[in-house]
Amino acid sequence: MKIHEYQAKEMFAAYGIPVPRERVASTPAEAAALARELGLPVVIKAQVLVGGRGKAGGVKRVNAPAGGAGSSDESRMSSVEEVAANILGMDIKGLKVNKVLVSECVDIKGEAYVGITVDRATRAPVLMASSAGGVEIEEVAKATPEKILKTAIDPAAGLLSFQARNVGTALYGDAKPARGFAGIAQKLYRIFVEKDCSLIEINPLVKLGSGSLLALDAKINFDDNADFRHKEWKEMRDLSAEEPTEVEAKAAGLTYIKLAGNVGCVVNGAGLAMATMDLIKRYGGEPANFLDVGGSSSPEKMVTAMRIILSDPNVKAILINIFGGITRCDDIANGLLAAQKMADIKVPLVARLTGTNAEKAREILKGSPVTSAETMGDAVKKAVALAGGAK
Amino acid sequence: MSIFVDKNTRLIVQGITGRDGAFHAKAMKEYGTNVVGGVTPGKGGQQVEGLPVFDSVEDAVEKTGANASIIFVPASFATDAMYECIASDLDLVVCISEGVPTMDMVKVLDYAKGRKTRVLGPNCPGVISPGKAKVGIMPAASFKPGCVGVVSRSGTLTYEVASQTSEFGQSTVVGIGGDPVIGTNFIDCLERFNADPETKAIVLVGEIGGTDEERAAEWVKANCRKPVLGFIAGQTAPPGKRMGHAGAIISGGSGTAPEKVKAFEAAGITVVYEPDEIGPKLRAKL
Repeated sequence: MKIHEYQAKEMFAAYGIPVPRERVASTPAEAAALARELGLPVVIKAQVLVGGRGKAGGVKRVNAPAGGAGSSDESRMSSVEEVAANILGMDIKGLKVNKVLVSECVDIKGEAYVGITVDRATRAPVLMASSAGGVEIEEVAKATPEKILKTAIDPAAGLLSFQARNVGTALYGDAKPARGFAGIAQKLYRIFVEKDCSLIEINPLVKLGSGSLLALDAKINFDDNADFRHKEWKEMRDLSAEEPTEVEAKAAGLTYIKLAGNVGCVVNGAGLAMATMDLIKRYGGEPANFLDVGGSSSPEKMVTAMRIILSDPNVKAILINIFGGITRCDDIANGLLAAQKMADIKVPLVARLTGTNAEKAREILKGSPVTSAETMGDAVKKAVALAGGAK
Repeated sequence: MSIFVDKNTRLIVQGITGRDGAFHAKAMKEYGTNVVGGVTPGKGGQQVEGLPVFDSVEDAVEKTGANASIIFVPASFATDAMYECIASDLDLVVCISEGVPTMDMVKVLDYAKGRKTRVLGPNCPGVISPGKAKVGIMPAASFKPGCVGVVSRSGTLTYEVASQTSEFGQSTVVGIGGDPVIGTNFIDCLERFNADPETKAIVLVGEIGGTDEERAAEWVKANCRKPVLGFIAGQTAPPGKRMGHAGAIISGGSGTAPEKVKAFEAAGITVVYEPDEIGPKLRAKL
């Protein structure tokens, strides 16, 4: 789960990581009121759960009138309102902007990057830092990997002071920012652990004229697996950033991801679901979705799965690929029949049901318009053909 | 021979009084696994499926001589269950439970360093040495004794792949789990398969996310004396989306299927693009 910059910064502030003076606004009038309070110039930043908002025009500066820094000149406040209104109406990569962050402008002398995540290969958290801040860190990692300093963190000992200090010295040379960096990195690690983050980043971490450091931007992703011990996440979640059908599927115990093709698929197990999508593509079709019905699949779950897939008008055929283990094929077959009764399905269905109770399933589907298939390859070929053939 | 589990495995089931624990305790016992008991704190002294229930792993080990455990408790209790097995020096603990937080797993595996216990999982289907022992939730009918070793990050895809090798049967099939941080990885399994005289060929089933497949490929290139087939799920997965498994995500442009396929090819691993090809390609190697 991702949270907004302003939410991450609230967390930073609570842990003592310095952030600019800033507040979040939902209307242009609110934004102007905040700008009045902060004094011009200000930066107005779109709050969206996707990268690249700067390039999309979601970050704008409103200057003070000539020679009037810190002013709350009324004539300039109307431009704050205008800019905020413009950003608040924006659509950035398919996501609507509902909030803006109004932030003081700071005197930037240098930009760095700092982040923490778990390194899958070493099975330990890793502190990543780079003096090449302000740009996409993935780009830095690709073009100049030597510019990223990686420090393995011992999970039992935590991020040790000397480790953080050494990275700070490598980044800045000067004692003051190096010390500032060490403090920020250790606080970042505390948040990472206590709040169950999967990723925490400051990009850029800016150096001010005074030599002190400030988190100008913030990114936090939570580890979804830890939601059982973070009841507060429910309130922090911005559902507007998520595909509504994906949210509905999750509530029903399904994992659904919408894609652009025309062959819908219902599969049990994430690996098999991906393999099924791949095979659709291999035979010239395009998968319309990823859908994992999960372990124990009741007929009701099947009905929901079918309804969600059919809500996508691009779907021209649906492939059901089940390898029964815990999942019983007869449950799937009954669910299919129930779904057909409830929703008058107009697109052809192809079912490949094997494993637990496959025989029973075949009996149940006998006489129904569902096309059955023996192997995965056979099922995919049939579904692609019924969806209009290979492209 | 086989790897990880066999006739000498003496298994306890943690969470045996729960629905899934009881169901699979029965299924594993019926398969012929030597299930010696179960553990649910506070329910010691009860019986489930004719098996004695103990309050702690320590107690179960003392009374039954257990050397392996399988965990069916909710994710919030699973890490404690794993610590308990590691502290009792079991040979193997298999964590079926899904949804264990990544940092919890990091700490469990850190605790396990230098100790005796192998951790398999979490979020995995378990391990089966057909005809000897099943320590997992897989449908037994999909497996038969033989010479192919299978290691996979998936669940049902593992069953699909294993069933494609039925002409040769399997020495052991290991589902290592789909989470970002897991106890037993591809290389751990490859090392064992390579040393196992019964295993004649290996099928490696990977998926998008991380670089485990790439490291496995390097290992194969340097060390493996047996033919290896490789399959990668997720060629069509969009970046930035978690494809069901917590670990199956293309992030920051890395962990893509083409990168993994390339690594396989460079290591001399025979790449398979659909499950139906596995049988014929194995036939060509064996």
